Amino acid sequence: MTQVLTTADGVPLKTSLHRTLRRRKITALLLVAPLFVFILITFLFPIADMLVRSFDNSLVPNVLHRTVPLLAKWDEKSGQLPGEKVFAALAQDFKEGQKNFTINRLGKRLNYEKSGMSSLFRKTARKVKRLKEVPSYKQALLKIDKKWGRHDVWFLLKLQSGSVTPTYFYAAVDAHIDDTGKLTMKPEKQQIYLNLFVRTLMLSLLITVITIILGYPVAYLLATLPTKKSNLLIILVLLPFWTSLLVRTSAWIALLQREGVINDLLVWMNIISTDNRLQMIHNQIGTVVAMSHVLLPFMVLPLFSVMKTIPPSYMRAAQSMGATPYLAFARIYFPNTIPGIGAGSILVFILAIGYYITPALVGGTQGTFISNFIAYHISNSLNWGLGAALGAILLAIVLVLYVIYDKMVGINNMKLG
Amino acid sequence: MAALPPYASPLDKIWHYTFLLICGLVFFFLIFPIIVIIPLSFNASPYFNFTAKMLALDPDGYSLRWYQDFFTNSNWHSAVRNSFVIAFFSTLISTFLGTLAALGLSREEFPFRTTITGILISPMIVPLIISAAGMFFFYSRIGLQGTFPGVILAHAALATPFVVITVTATLVGFDNSLLRAAASLGASPTRSFFQITVPIITPGVISGALFAFITSYDEVVVIMFVGSVEQRTIPWQMFSGIREQISPTILAVATMLIIFSIMLLSLIELLRRRNERLRGITPS
Repeated sequence: MTQVLTTADGVPLKTSLHRTLRRRKITALLLVAPLFVFILITFLFPIADMLVRSFDNSLVPNVLHRTVPLLAKWDEKSGQLPGEKVFAALAQDFKEGQKNFTINRLGKRLNYEKSGMSSLFRKTARKVKRLKEVPSYKQALLKIDKKWGRHDVWFLLKLQSGSVTPTYFYAAVDAHIDDTGKLTMKPEKQQIYLNLFVRTLMLSLLITVITIILGYPVAYLLATLPTKKSNLLIILVLLPFWTSLLVRTSAWIALLQREGVINDLLVWMNIISTDNRLQMIHNQIGTVVAMSHVLLPFMVLPLFSVMKTIPPSYMRAAQSMGATPYLAFARIYFPNTIPGIGAGSILVFILAIGYYITPALVGGTQGTFISNFIAYHISNSLNWGLGAALGAILLAIVLVLYVIYDKMVGINNMKLG
Repeated sequence: MAALPPYASPLDKIWHYTFLLICGLVFFFLIFPIIVIIPLSFNASPYFNFTAKMLALDPDGYSLRWYQDFFTNSNWHSAVRNSFVIAFFSTLISTFLGTLAALGLSREEFPFRTTITGILISPMIVPLIISAAGMFFFYSRIGLQGTFPGVILAHAALATPFVVITVTATLVGFDNSLLRAAASLGASPTRSFFQITVPIITPGVISGALFAFITSYDEVVVIMFVGSVEQRTIPWQMFSGIREQISPTILAVATMLIIFSIMLLSLIELLRRRNERLRGITPS
């Protein structure tokens, strides 16, 4: 019989070890718990709130709580208007909504789907309170506004009567449900967001490519110079990295504007005449140049750290076996730097597609990004649902890229500065 | 690339100098926009460009009026105060919570480390405009929108990932046998924590705090949504200054911010070297 090993107080060693490990695990969890709860409340709940808003439609069934159940029985395919009961219920809902100030909000909400709804709701709400004991609510409402006789208005109400709606997401990709109930693309002239997504992605890609082209030689130089020299030169990369984004953006305004430093210099060198000053700001050039500058350090630093790990003996070995320096670079050095290019590219790309400040200040109308429209819908047009839907799509793109980044680099290996 | 070998062919030489020239141009591209702001901020005229007088080095072309404007304008005063107050408190919160979490995450026994780390550093990955939108909606609901606590909490959330990452990095090389040695010599866990762990992680904590400070100090997207005019900070004031009435005061502020970031950069570099020395890693 084997003897069970015990600790001094007679507990089997296995149990004791188990207990200690569990206690240590709990301590570790307790240390992380405060931050986890903090992030949950200050950050994850807000993100969830935004995502909910992108499909939340509870306003419609809440305000029209009498009409909505009755509308469910109405067959919109019959081509007929709903019956008197539905009209009566709608009038009651309007009276109540007018009293608790929700009806105009509902009008605004439905106006995002069909223009003219807001004014129809306001007008009806104003007049409906005078209706008392009328023989036919249908006649009365039609008298207030002929639009209540339109099939498409009722169809819209029925379509939007659920407490969740996909229409914000449809709108975010320039689609809508037409009057026949089919999901179609909006007319070409009203299409904004698909182009905007494509533009954001294309410009971010262009910025990424520019940062690779500019960053690669610099990272190579820094990685191959003796440490003392490279420590000095890397300051030139770190200083922009540490300088306020607003400072760098205003610097580019000073450089690129019509009366700016670059145009002045070109005029002074007689390359352009003073009447033909180049328009380099408030367009895509402004956004691309300024953002390439802002994001270049994010490319150089990962490239540099990867290149630092490539032993110089690889190149010497290749050359000793007869490869020309160019061949050795193309076949040996470059393939070894691909992880660095990948890491830097995804980092720059993720940062670029979510950029707001620089495009807002130097982008004009042609150089704005999807972020600028999200901001516009939240603080100007107040179409929060659409802003949230655009945000949800952007978030999904970023998360996919982030998972790729994590697979490639590992978030635990992320280093700063 | 350090130096050309003696056997380099003329073609190699041309390529070598072309390469150095390209690198020089990229460094110029990186640093010139920042340098150019400094002389422009001493412009005597209210424009963003070099006047003829400035180019002729005429003293009349230069003035300190934009600095004077900055120091006498009450909008900028409150912006500076707000920036420091918000950055100070959010740094305090994020450094405390971030350091605790990093200590927990670095323990071998920690379960689901990758998932939890992913969640904790998510504020760094999500585009600012999305965080701003979400916080705007949620903080309005709970009455924090447009208040100092709201802005401070928002900035603390954005800054914690930087603290977690820097402190975790300091703990990567942490030698656990030091703690065991302390315990075998009779030190209580509390004592060994304060006498061994704390001195080792302090440089990491300080540089994490600096990152947190910069994050809050430079942040402008989230605060524009979560804050109101009363919480207007320096970058916010600069943003609206560029949008509304563009004046070289912005360049004067920018110059001072550049000097501020040079100081912070030097501080972080000093801390990094001290950390390497403490942990016995010689700079390679």
